[in-house]
Amino acid sequence: MSNLLEINNVVKNYGDFRALNNVSIHIPKGSVYGLLGPNGAGKTSLIRIINQITMPDEGTIFLDGEPLSPKHTADIGYLPEERGLYKSMKVGEQALYLAQLKGLSKSEAKKRLKYWFEKFDISAWWNKKIEELSKGMAQKVQFIVTVLHQPKLLIFDEPFSGFDPINAQLIAQEILKLRDEGATIIFSTHRMESVEEMCDEIALINKSNKILDGKLDDIKREFRTNTFQVGLHTSNAKEVESQLKEKFEVFPPDFKLLGNELTLNVKLGRQDSANDLLAFLTNRGEVQHFVELIPSANDIFIQAVNKNN
Amino acid sequence: MSKLKLIIEREFIAKVRNKSFIVMTFLSPLIMVGMGFLVYFLMKKNNEKVKEIVYIDNSGLFSKEDFKDSKTVHYLDFTSKGIEDTKQKVEQGNYYGALIIPKQDSLELLAKSIEFYSKDSPGMSVMNALENKIETKIRNQKLNDFGIDINKINASRIQSDIKMYNFSGEESSKLINGLKIGVGAIAGYFLMMFVMIYGTSVMRSVIEEKTSRIIEVIVSSVKPFQLMLGKIIGNASAGLLQFFIWGILIFILGTLATSLLGINMAEMQTANLSAEQLEAAKNVASGDKMQVLIQEVLRLPLLKLFVLFIFYFLGGYMLYSSLFAAVGAAVDNETDTQQFMLPIMLPLILGVYVGFATVINDPHGPISVAFSHIPLTSPIVMLMRVPFGVTWTELAISMSLLLVTFMFMVWLAAKIYRVGILMYGKKPTYKDLYKWLKYKG
Repeated sequence: MSNLLEINNVVKNYGDFRALNNVSIHIPKGSVYGLLGPNGAGKTSLIRIINQITMPDEGTIFLDGEPLSPKHTADIGYLPEERGLYKSMKVGEQALYLAQLKGLSKSEAKKRLKYWFEKFDISAWWNKKIEELSKGMAQKVQFIVTVLHQPKLLIFDEPFSGFDPINAQLIAQEILKLRDEGATIIFSTHRMESVEEMCDEIALINKSNKILDGKLDDIKREFRTNTFQVGLHTSNAKEVESQLKEKFEVFPPDFKLLGNELTLNVKLGRQDSANDLLAFLTNRGEVQHFVELIPSANDIFIQAVNKNN
Repeated sequence: MSKLKLIIEREFIAKVRNKSFIVMTFLSPLIMVGMGFLVYFLMKKNNEKVKEIVYIDNSGLFSKEDFKDSKTVHYLDFTSKGIEDTKQKVEQGNYYGALIIPKQDSLELLAKSIEFYSKDSPGMSVMNALENKIETKIRNQKLNDFGIDINKINASRIQSDIKMYNFSGEESSKLINGLKIGVGAIAGYFLMMFVMIYGTSVMRSVIEEKTSRIIEVIVSSVKPFQLMLGKIIGNASAGLLQFFIWGILIFILGTLATSLLGINMAEMQTANLSAEQLEAAKNVASGDKMQVLIQEVLRLPLLKLFVLFIFYFLGGYMLYSSLFAAVGAAVDNETDTQQFMLPIMLPLILGVYVGFATVINDPHGPISVAFSHIPLTSPIVMLMRVPFGVTWTELAISMSLLLVTFMFMVWLAAKIYRVGILMYGKKPTYKDLYKWLKYKG
């Protein structure tokens, strides 16, 4: 799979402040790419550079193999974190205007808007002014405007903020659908559960530096601690626990089971395999629960950032 | 280019559809014409009221001939009634005032001892008229005493009308000078009004995009410079449309009102003019003199005036409105604009002051010339000077200075604009603005 976007060694300074320090990110075509990082890490700076709102001081950016240039604005759709539309302009006119700025003809924009407005069941809003709509309603309009010109690259900055769970789900489905139809998506968020749900790859930016990137699965594998949640039905819980402690590292459980089984978190040593632990357990009782503790995106985020700090 | 067109179109429509714009467009001419008529009627009412002035002449020098009634002032001889009685009557409010001329030994003493009593302070024009009458009478009396024939003096009076030429062969007259002042003043004032109204309108439009946060979406599609330019042009187009409608409406309303109410337009205009201009206007009021006026107007270098007006108007407006756009971009809301507005407004107002104070009296004096070259004041001051004839060399210098400054300012404003539109929170200081200028791309 080739890369749609290649960001190489980008540096951006604001006066004396370095917002991006030698950041390189490669985003494969047709993926959902999570751009993660704490507040003020440099995500927005990077997104603005991709959108050509600002220019990098150093580094190169290629979109679909070509150096990024003004003509590419039509290939990019951007939903900024700070949403906004012209308050006193009518929904339909506004959507048409923004679509035309992205290079669509008026008639084509009208046709596509009709499709999306019907899909989201908001056709009745066409002649309403934005100030008459609720925040969530305005967000729907803005989402449509972002994707209307069918860009190759979609950039969503906190796309779910301001949506209720039902609409957030709707938007999430649409985003995944757009990916399936061939769009590449950059997804910037703090909501780690949506990262798990949506992202194929991620990059983590902290204090102007990229500290981590790659496939989410690979990163998880890298961050796994070889720890297992164990639930054992045994008549001799105390003895089993002390035997376990001799062989492995044992921690109090971070989960609950229904019965009064022995529950523990067990961390294996480097040379141990999961089968060793399982064999040990099956010899001493009935295994009720045996799950590897896979680090969540949230854990990885916190761990990586703390380590970097 | 087509994006610029889209932006201009949107700005224009957004402005024109605005309720306050529509109300202003159609209400202002009504208010202006209405005010004009109100002033006219009040002045007429004021003048219609005849003032009665009584006089007591104990010197025996004056006669009824010297106190001829005018349209608004009537004179009554109360010499026989006695001073105390007369003063009392005036105090009761029966008469406007009483002029007491005592008996004196010499004319000099007499001239200094005449008194006027009135219940309220008398109007300037009334006092001037009275003093005039007395001075004429006493002077004539003195001339008579010197044995000089007044008739001969009167006969020797001659009116000279110096014809004024300059070396490019243009002939000028007092009338055309008045016209030039008028044309220049209107052009300069018009530019200032336009910049103030539509420059701030550009600024407001920038602030609106910033506070509604749509700016980030827009600048991901177009260059900030395009957006700024589109705003400036869009607002100017709306402004020109508004001024155009005002012109037409005022003309129609004025014509309608005058014909319906039977008001003499010329009389109404002269009501607002100074004495000097009144003199000039009187000369042309009658039918065939009107032709002279038209001829005089045609003798102005109209094409040159028009071209220069367009140049300075556009140059001045673009220069200032780009600065307004930068101010709008630098702040989060309108209340924060104050500190940055002053340095922009100052040269604008200075231009008008200099224009009215010096150009009218001395269009080619050092101050007028200097300010018509300084780019921030030149659009206004030069527009005022142009009708008096400015050499092409001077024009070329002033125009190129304006052009260079314009380009520099637009560049400067665009830099501040580009950074400012994405900055929120803290109110920027001048130091911040300077820092923004150094940001790359």
